[in-house]
Order: sequence, then structure tokens, then C-alpha cells
Amino acid sequence: MRQTTEESLQVSIHNSCTLVKLTPVHQYIPNSDPEIKKEMLKVIGVKSSDELFSVIPENILFNKKLNLPHSTSEQQVRRHIEGLLAKNKDRTEILSFLGSGCWPHYVPAACDEINSRSEFLTAYTGDVYSDLGRFQAVFEFQSMIGDLVGMDVVTCPTYDWASAVGDALRMASIITGRHEVLVPRNISPDKLSIVSNYCGNIAQIKLVEYDPRSGQVEIEDLKRKVSKETATVYVENPNYLGVIETRTQEIGEITHDKGALLSVGVEPLSLGILAPPSEYGADIVCGEGQPLGLYPSFGGASLGFLACRDDERFLSATGHRLISITTTKRKGEWGFTFVLPERSMYAARDKSACITGTGTLLWAITGAVYLSLLGPTGIRELAETIMKNAYYAMKRLSEIPGLKVPVFPSPHFEEFTVDFDGTGKSVRDLNRALLKHGIQGGRDVSSEFPELGNTAVYCVTEMHSKEDIDKLASNLTELVK
Amino acid sequence: MMPDSSEGEPTYRGAAWNEPIIYQLSKRGRRGSAIATPDAEIEKAVGDVLSKIPAQVRRKSAPPLPELSEPEVVKHFLRLSQQTYGVDSGISVGVGTCTMKYNPKVNDALARSPKLTGIHPLQDEETVQGILEIMYRLGEWLCEISGMDEVSMHPRAGAHAVLTNARIIRKYHESNGELDQRNEIITTVLSHPCNGAAPAVAGFKVITLYPNETGTPSLEALKAAVSKHTAGLMITDPYDTGVFDRNIAEYIKIIHEAGGLTAIDQANANSILGRLRIGDVGADLCHFNLHKSFSTPHGSSGPGSAPICVKKELSKFLPVPIVAYDGAKYYLDYDRPHSIGKTASFYGVIPNLVRAYAWIMSMGAEGLRETSEVAVINNNYLLQRMLKIRGTTLPWGESYPRRMQEARYSLQKMKEETGIGIDALNRRIVDLGVQRCFTAHEPPLVPEPLTPEPVESNSKEDIDQFVDAIQRISDEAYANPKFVDEAPHNASISRIDASPATDPQKWAMTWRAYIRKHGYPQ
Repeated sequence: MRQTTEESLQVSIHNSCTLVKLTPVHQYIPNSDPEIKKEMLKVIGVKSSDELFSVIPENILFNKKLNLPHSTSEQQVRRHIEGLLAKNKDRTEILSFLGSGCWPHYVPAACDEINSRSEFLTAYTGDVYSDLGRFQAVFEFQSMIGDLVGMDVVTCPTYDWASAVGDALRMASIITGRHEVLVPRNISPDKLSIVSNYCGNIAQIKLVEYDPRSGQVEIEDLKRKVSKETATVYVENPNYLGVIETRTQEIGEITHDKGALLSVGVEPLSLGILAPPSEYGADIVCGEGQPLGLYPSFGGASLGFLACRDDERFLSATGHRLISITTTKRKGEWGFTFVLPERSMYAARDKSACITGTGTLLWAITGAVYLSLLGPTGIRELAETIMKNAYYAMKRLSEIPGLKVPVFPSPHFEEFTVDFDGTGKSVRDLNRALLKHGIQGGRDVSSEFPELGNTAVYCVTEMHSKEDIDKLASNLTELVK
Repeated sequence: MMPDSSEGEPTYRGAAWNEPIIYQLSKRGRRGSAIATPDAEIEKAVGDVLSKIPAQVRRKSAPPLPELSEPEVVKHFLRLSQQTYGVDSGISVGVGTCTMKYNPKVNDALARSPKLTGIHPLQDEETVQGILEIMYRLGEWLCEISGMDEVSMHPRAGAHAVLTNARIIRKYHESNGELDQRNEIITTVLSHPCNGAAPAVAGFKVITLYPNETGTPSLEALKAAVSKHTAGLMITDPYDTGVFDRNIAEYIKIIHEAGGLTAIDQANANSILGRLRIGDVGADLCHFNLHKSFSTPHGSSGPGSAPICVKKELSKFLPVPIVAYDGAKYYLDYDRPHSIGKTASFYGVIPNLVRAYAWIMSMGAEGLRETSEVAVINNNYLLQRMLKIRGTTLPWGESYPRRMQEARYSLQKMKEETGIGIDALNRRIVDLGVQRCFTAHEPPLVPEPLTPEPVESNSKEDIDQFVDAIQRISDEAYANPKFVDEAPHNASISRIDASPATDPQKWAMTWRAYIRKHGYPQ
């Protein structure tokens, strides 16, 4: 674009013999050329575009200039934004042990390559004849999530894990006609708030205690609270405090005995070594897709998947889009179609079970690439590496005087609790001190779960080397002295 | 691409790889990635960690994921991408309501910066000052553009924004002790479906107004719907029909007098950027779709991004946290006791916030007005050409001969005269190398609807090529309707069997379900 700032205008005036008012021709707007505009206005039959805007009552038109920056060249935009981004400290500058809903994992270059393909990146709502590949890639994502969780139906994904939980609980309430849902008290408080915003008006959320000895759902409390009013019992595996729930079979039986549904939330990579929730009776499974080939991106790249039984009652109770495979007139050719489209928000409006329209399909396509690259062997190996690194970190930290690691003597996957009460120092102060040494400590859960005292949730994955973990351990050893 | 002329055989061919489902390409023993193994000393120190997982929750057999090498995976998905029609592929003029504008490449490059992708949302605030500053400034710009006072960038897409706004309306009445009484939201059937769906999900009773013969609801209809139960109005303006509802200021006044709030859906803001600020008109809440008006890519249907903007009286109810500035540093403000809480994890679709920031900066104040001007010129130019096509009409054309960003046409006449309606046209247009057209949300109101939106980034030649394609199909429909009805002829695949859409015995949302129901394909 020709710059219309005062300076460039002055230069232009200076360089030309006649004084002409510069009119911008914008690089993203082919018809911004005044000659083309004139030609088009002529076809429309008006003299100026003002006549076109006369459909807006004059008294509400905004006739001032917006207080925004001037048009800026690509080079300047890039320089300015890169300058701002340079103020961030990324993972190459800080050794981070944060997870808690956004986990650091290696992103294979092929994932970036495919989700940068302009066709996938810029497509939107074409049908199967124009966008066959988009449909197929999403169907393949659905299929691979189905393989991981052991369910036959997987929907087009929604915004994030918490939204998927909200939709799962709404769905369970609609299927059962019951209006209570049981959720473990050690769920992330943020997630609980989101879930409550999704389904608070359709179902009352009741919290089930966790066993302070194991960090897992307290079976006795579950038995006390589950009833004929319960639509669903929701459990997470691994849970927010990093603990693997081991009594899921029992939880499933207790739930089903009351005619309620079992909903399970999962971190997908853990399913490389953990049993698929279908094995312990899950009726609905949801989870976070960010570990499947997506960067942390300040929490800005998330995907919530939802799977369920292949049962019409279930499908009717969700507004999520469903892509089914089908055949075509030509033998051996695959096609795809939306299933029961009348359920979606677009058709059902205020009778819809949920609100998801534009979801997270680019991330689903990325997830399909990621899981194809891993394959059955890769996902097991990856889960093992993560678990071994995490256990090594637990071992090292537990050797530090004053630290209790993990708080709960249950199996863990990639996250675990560190109790600093024995050091007399707060997580907040320790994290500040660690940061001075280039280390970002774990998520402070002291205020979320005061009964745990000064406790943080640490996350260790395949991204952490032995040296990284040793560095954390030696720094913590010094700091708690 | 040279346009297919309206005569002769079209030269376009959709990529047709006949690509198998990835499971059909699987060969036992192949692998697509080498996984990082733990350090030998770690192995030694931790021993057999798997034994720590009790047998009942340990996976017994590997998940049946496909087994392929990396080159095979890349080839497969690259072919699938080639069988997908993005904005960059050609002509997406027909895809109305979606604002399929060009997504500048520099914005993508910035969104992929490791200085953005490599930061964690829970990092200490002093280590993420750059992104917080971008978010803060973007918020200021969006408030300036909307005429509002405060912003939340949490919502992931339009429907999510409308749900958030519905939650805020609830909280407002709750804080006034009036929630029990004020349990109704009024919307119009011309508004985006989420304006009905989201308040219903939020627990409101929804009253839907229909347009009269002029194409918009009457003021009397609104007055009749308003009562002591009115919590608010949630509508879209301009509508997907391209009609700007001139009564908007009156609506807002009526609702305010009744004690309700007004949330005006600004997803279709492309024609009013820099020309109308809904906050100035009196609205209390609104939202923008960054993946529409602000150029962020649609990502094959998300992630989008849809910030909400509100008046200062409502800012205390916004989701936590909001990005704030204390004069020295940017921070995430959680200390908001009246907040509706959280509506999504963390803080929004961050890569798209960076893209939108870059776009606004590239355009500047002048560029936003240029955008809306050309969007409206393009649309009214298209409208003149469309009305010359046999079988095409413009419902409510007498009351609204000019339209804003898009226009809803009807092919009912063509359907009656030739049997060819929007479904066949949408299959045939793909043969011509042009993306299919948006029809209408339910209920369509207009029979055989067709809703193109020729956004500002389309050239006159693009628009002409689109109209030429419609013209050609019209000619074909009147000359050889059977041929059109059998389309597509040059697409990636031939006509699908749509019966799985409604048949539980046939539908299969996963490969495992397909195999169970139909057996392994021969």
C-alpha cells in the first residue's frame, strides 16, 4: 500500500508537479483502485458509495475517524510485532515444569507442515465435493481417538477439554432425564467454573470428595452421593493432581447400579499405557487434544474431543457435528456425510443441546497427522518415556529434605504434587527464586486446595532431559536449605 | 486461473486421488516417528515403572492406530489437503455469512513465531509481557472499533461469544435480584442460530421474532414480545440476508425501557467497519468474529476467535482473567468478584489474536473504512449481475434493493421451471472450479436460498467469474437439467450415498465402527 501518513504525503507532494490527493490502493483489496470502484459503482447505478451506506440511518452512522494506528507496511508490522514477542521468554530460555491443562510435548515437523497447508488453513464450510480432504482428515481423527478411548462414536471436536466436559454432562442429563451430575472435588477449579457455565442451568453439580490418602475418588463418598437423581458420574484419569485413578472399574459399577452414566475425561497420550475408558464401562469420554501435535501457545491452541456409545439416544442428545464415512456411485471411492444434521445448532436453534458451531478442525487434522506418525508402538513408547522421566523427577525431588513428593502414594503419569510445607517456604516464593535461575516451577495449587498446604503440581514429559531434572533438583536443594 | 468461459467444456478438474482411508495404507511394523528414549541413567534409576500401574487400568493391547512411515503420512495428508478448497484455492465468493477474505501470510508467519508457540499460559507474568501487551492493545482497538468500553478475548468462536454474553446478561439480572422474573431473551429468526441456541443453553426461554413482508421484524412485534420477563435482546445486525435492520436503535431503546440488556451480534461487521459502532447506537454487549471480519484463517472450521466487547457497567461480569495494565506492567486480573467465572481454558485463541492485531495494524483506520466500502461495492455490483440471471430472484428486493455485505437470493423460480435448485447448483458449481455457495440457516424463510458474500479481497474478475459460473449453470439448467442434476462431474468424487446420515445401521463416525457394521472393505 502507498503510505498515506503525513510524511509520505509530503514526500509525494514534493516529488510531483501537481498537487493531488493520494488515494490508497490497498494490497489486500484489489478493487480499492479508484478506477475500478468507479466502474463498479456505474454498474450499480450510483454516483458514490455513500449512497449505498444510506441504508443505515444517518443519525447512527459513525462519521469520525477511528483512533487507530495508520496503515502500516508489512515490514513495519512484522518488526513491531516481533519486537513485542521478543519480550516473551519461551521454552528455550526458561526450563519450565508447568502442565495443568497445557502440556509441553514435541511437535513433529510434519504436523506443522500439514496444518500450514493453505488449503486446510483457509478452508471453512465447503461440502464433501469441494472439501473431500477436510472431511476425510477429520474422519480419520475421529477414528484414531476412537481407537485410543475404545468408543465407536467420536464427534467433530469442540473448543477445549472443559467445554467437552460441559457438553458431556449436558448430554448425560438429556439422555437420562436426570438433573444431578457428580464431579470429583479435586477437579481443576477453573475447569469446574467452565463446566458450571455450560451446564449449571440443566444439572446441579455435586462434588465427590477425594481420598486424602490416595488422591483418588473416595468410593464411600461416591456411594453416599450417587442416587436415582444422578445423570452421570464424571472422573478424570489422570486427575488434576496427576494421580491415576485405579478403582475405575468399581466407580463404573457403582454408577451404573443407579442407572447413571459414566463419563471419563482423559489426557490422550496416557492411553498409550492406560486402559481405554471403554474397558471400565465409560459411556461418554472426553479429553484435551492439545498434546496431539499442538504447541502450548500461551494456552491458545486447544481441542476438546468427545466420544460416546454408538446409540441413537446419545447422538440425539448432542449438538456436536458428526461426520460419517459413506460410499459413492463409483466403486471403491469414499465419501462422507454429516449425520442427523437436524440436531445441530444451525438447524435446531434454541432446541439444540449445545452451541458448538465453528470448532477446532484444523487441530483435529493436526491430531490425525500426529497419531498417524506415532502409531500403536510410538504412542506406547512415548507414554513410557514420559512416565519414566516423571518418576525420575519424583525420585530426585523426594530426596530433598523438607519436600514430600508425590503427596499421594498412587501411580502417576506426567504430573505429580510436590508439598513444600516441610521447608517453611511458600510455593510462590520458591517459584520466584527458581525463576532467577531460569526455571519455572510447577503450578501453585496452595490456594485452590488449601488442605494440601504449600503444594505445586509439577509436569515432566519427554521434553525434559536428565540434566533438566537434575538442574531443578539441585536448585531446589539450595533454595530450601 | 483463467476462468472457464460460459461456453465449451470446463477445463477445471478437482484433485481426485481416490485416496484410501489411512487405515487401508497401514502395514504392520512400519513407524512414522522415532521417540525420544529416557536417559540410560533414568532407566536404571526408575526401573520398571509400568508395574506401578495396577493391571486393571493398564492397557492390555496396543491401540489399533495405523502404522505408516513418515513419508507415507505426509503424502497422504498432502493429498487430502489438495482435495480441499481453501480461500487461497480460488473463488469463495459464494460462501456468504462466512466472510471468506484473504488471510495475509505475514500474520501466519507471526502466529508461528517460537516466541509465541513456546510460551506456557501459567508462566510468571514477567516472562510473557510481550503477548500480554499485544492482547491489551488489541482489546483497546476492538473497543474503539465497537464503541464499547471493555473486552474479553476468551470466546473461541461466535456461538461461544454469544453464550458468554448470555451468561453476562444472567449475571446482571441476578445481581439486581431480578433473574427469577427476567427469564426471556428475544431474538429474530434472521439472526445467527447461536442467538437462539446460546441463551437457551444458558437457561433462558427464547422468543423468536419473524420478519414481516419487508424483510425485517416490525417494531410492533418487538413491543408485543417485551414484558417484565424480558432479560434482553440478542440479535444480529446486519442480517445474513445482507439487510441492515434500520430499527436497531429503536429496538435497543425499547429493550432498555423494559429493563433488559441488548447484545448485538457483530459477526457480520465487514460492511460497517469504521462506519457504525454498535456501542454508540446503545448496545450493551457485542462480539466480533476475528475469523471473519478481521482476516484470521477459518482453519477448516476452527479455531476461530470471537472477542466480546461490553459497556463499562457490565465489565465487572466479564470472564476471568482480563488483561490489565498498571502503568508499568501488564498482568492477568483475577480479582473480579462479580465475574461469571471462566468460560474456556486460559485466555483465548492466542495465535488468532496476534493475527488480528497484525491485520488491524496493516489496515489502519483508513483501511478499515476501505474494507467496508469495497465489501459493500462488491456486493451491490454482484447483486446487479445476479439479478440478470434467469431463475434468480431477490426476496424483499422491493423494500431493500441495496444490501450490505451479502445478499440472499432465491432459486425457487429456477427450481419450478427446471427442477434445478440450490442443491444441484452447489454440486455443479464445484465442477467449474468455484467453491459451493452458502444457502441459509434453518429455517430458510427463502425457498432455494443462495447467499454469496463477495468480500473486499475479491477482485472484480473473481466476482465476474463467480457470476459467470452461476450464469452457466442457469443456462445448463434450462437446456439440460439432467446433466446438472447428475453433478458433480469433475470433482474429487462422484455423488455420495447419503443414507448413512439417518441410518443407524449404516452410519460410522470411526473406522472401527465402519468395520463392525460393514466388514473390512475388499
